[in-house]
Amino acid sequence: MSVLFILILVSMSVAGGFLGLFIWAVLNGQFDDTQSPSWRALFESGKCTNISEDTDNPITLTPEDKN
Amino acid sequence: MPTTIPTLCQHCGSACENDIYHAGELHFCCHGCKAVYQLFQESGNASYYKDRTLTLDDEKYSFLSRPDLAARYINFRSEFVNQVTFFLPAVHCSSCLYVLENLPRIHEGVIRLTLDFPLKKAGIYYDPQLISLVQLASLLDSIGYPPAFDRVEETPRDNSLLLKLGIAAFCFGNIMLLSFPSYLGMEQADMDQFGIFFQILMLLLSLPVVFYAGRDYFVTAFRSLSSGSIHIDVPIAIGILALFGRSCYEIFYHAGEGYLDSLSGLLFFLLLGKWFQNKAYRHLSFDRDYTSYFPLAVQRILANGEAITIGLGEIKEGHLLRIRNNEVIPADAKLVSEHAALDYSFVTGEDRLVSQVKDDLLYAGGRQTGPSILVSVVRPCSQSYLTQLWDNPAFTEEKDSSTTLLIRKISRYFTTVVLAIAIAAAVYWQLYQPDRMWEIVSAILIVACPCALALSSPFTNGNTLRWLGKSHFYLRNADMAENLGNIDTIVFDKTGTLTTSREGQLLYTGPPLTSVQEQWILSATCHSTHPVSRKITQSLAHKHMALDTEEFKEYPGDGLEAIVGGHTLRIGGAKWLLGRSGNEGRTFIEVDGEVAGYFQWESRLRDQMDMTLHHLSKHYELIILSGDNDRDRGWLEKLLPDNTAMFFNMSPFDKLTTIRKLQMNGKRVMMLGDGLNDAGALQQSEVGVAVTEDIGQFTPASDGIIDGESLQKLAAFMAYARHGRMIIKSSFLLSFIYNVLGIGLAISGMLTPVAAAILMPVSSISVVAFATVMGNYSAKKIQ
Repeated sequence: MSVLFILILVSMSVAGGFLGLFIWAVLNGQFDDTQSPSWRALFESGKCTNISEDTDNPITLTPEDKN
Repeated sequence: MPTTIPTLCQHCGSACENDIYHAGELHFCCHGCKAVYQLFQESGNASYYKDRTLTLDDEKYSFLSRPDLAARYINFRSEFVNQVTFFLPAVHCSSCLYVLENLPRIHEGVIRLTLDFPLKKAGIYYDPQLISLVQLASLLDSIGYPPAFDRVEETPRDNSLLLKLGIAAFCFGNIMLLSFPSYLGMEQADMDQFGIFFQILMLLLSLPVVFYAGRDYFVTAFRSLSSGSIHIDVPIAIGILALFGRSCYEIFYHAGEGYLDSLSGLLFFLLLGKWFQNKAYRHLSFDRDYTSYFPLAVQRILANGEAITIGLGEIKEGHLLRIRNNEVIPADAKLVSEHAALDYSFVTGEDRLVSQVKDDLLYAGGRQTGPSILVSVVRPCSQSYLTQLWDNPAFTEEKDSSTTLLIRKISRYFTTVVLAIAIAAAVYWQLYQPDRMWEIVSAILIVACPCALALSSPFTNGNTLRWLGKSHFYLRNADMAENLGNIDTIVFDKTGTLTTSREGQLLYTGPPLTSVQEQWILSATCHSTHPVSRKITQSLAHKHMALDTEEFKEYPGDGLEAIVGGHTLRIGGAKWLLGRSGNEGRTFIEVDGEVAGYFQWESRLRDQMDMTLHHLSKHYELIILSGDNDRDRGWLEKLLPDNTAMFFNMSPFDKLTTIRKLQMNGKRVMMLGDGLNDAGALQQSEVGVAVTEDIGQFTPASDGIIDGESLQKLAAFMAYARHGRMIIKSSFLLSFIYNVLGIGLAISGMLTPVAAAILMPVSSISVVAFATVMGNYSAKKIQ
């Protein structure tokens, strides 16, 4: 039964680790906006950024192209 | 690598990446776009596709080309990447998120856009070589999300409450688990070896709870005591200290198990209440002064005819400024152009456009309608007539709305009563059984801790805040929700609050016009951009078709002449058409030399507003203050309840003084207004509510913002707020019952740790449940 000492200490540390992660997440700003991440997950994967080096196929709209 | 130019979808404009659907000669990116296009064509809405362009050069944003003005929004600058933060008030749903975050697809200069939805702020990385800041702003405007630049800098988000709550929850849960063995009889099961171990663990866990999570309560209690009042946090702080002290004593002297479970539970529930109450509408600004109403920059014409952009603070006497259509005049100025038509409704509350001629003095805050005008500045912006309002003491004193809160009133008596009971019990037990005296006294202080009491207001007010917010009535904080229930007088502004420019009708007085005559009038007015002509056009356009005019001549500010189908029409104001003054606001019609009659615009109350006011008059005294003249008194008196007082021709100072006088008579006033001329009254009243048609538009500083459409539900909102106060009072009563029970147990020495650990959560949860259920019930009844 004295193994309970170790068990409790270990589980406390694990739980404490999770608390630490929670604190990190809050300080990192992950709880600032709780609405949009759920919507963002539903977007189809596609180009959401123009960072890539591929400039052969630019997706640009100019008024003249659109008719 | 494909080398062809990508095909663009006819409907949505994005590139047809995956597949190309055809309909005749046109291409679509998907079946949905094709279907919508065909639907529009068949139902005659093909004009949707005309003139649909993305503009990259909007004059409105030209001030962003000035580095010092743009620097306010640019956070990071480098050769190929800049980062800018724009506030986009038009964001309201998940589709907005989709459109905006896919902006890189629309212009290659946009690298990435991340939207903070609750704040409605977009952080944009863009390439300044490919797109300039002015073009970026214009692009956003043309897809429907014009950036707004009038926000006051907000305080950075404070996450400490969430951290405290998280730590309190963690420690509470673990301490409870560690306490269970002692409840369930650890001694009997021969598990005594763990007793000390558990107690030390619990003590360690309770340290962050008391010294970090509970810190705010000690700070507030200390501050309130040193300023002479007794805040509700005082008994809470006493309770926490009693709990912690007693538990430490019991653990170190092996006198018991301690009350650490009740302690952590107490702080957890209290912080939960605080967190629930802290809901705020961060995308709205309740603090706006006059500078937010004025533009950031104006166009100045130099002596050599060149036009430059200058900031608001750089405007000096003698500068020549160009004010375009729909722009606000930033400073008191003299009119240099021939004519101007100014909308002063925001500034003075006057409903009608004021027609000005050359050399007239124009006041800051007026909005030009019509072609651009040139004005010569007479006084710099900060010295204009309007801005002097902000020197009034109403704005310099901090509005303290918390003194009327119920919890404040109770906290004074509560602490004194508890201390009295504790002293009395101490005396009694000292005489009869001295060794139990400290045990009893600390038990009283522990159980008298007003956990349930302190939870009733936050949960009820937080609920009210959320329910009202769902109906588009946004309050600044939860305290305002309670103040709303305390009101006994309601003051309304007229223009823009009770009436709106949308509601209203064009009345014709005179011999009835024949259908043909109406058609002639329409044909003439449809060429003119004067606001009166536009209103006439709008009211006749659905009845007739405009004919061709053989001749058309407009005299700005006076009237117009036209020849339609051989008949000469003259339409204009009394001075021009009839040669006599007076009768402003009437537009006369002359056909073939004979005066037929006149049109007059009559504003009307908002939909259902008369019923709302009748309901309100049963519980509140109603007053109407208007900056307009009293020509509307007649029809207003017919519609409104009999004892409604009405005052016209009120300046912004007059409105403020009226409210102050009411308050000196002991009234608690709520003010509803929409423009800068109400700013003083809004600040002075107990609850000041700004009415707006569009949440993204400017609203003066207020304690609440209500959408114009929701104003008709005001009677229901006020009833809900009144119920809220009743709910708070009844939950106080409920928590008192628990307190009496607990103190009874404590005095008689029967308060074991188990009993305290049960009583605390049970009382808290039941009070919270009661407040929430009653709040929802009363909301359903009202809606």
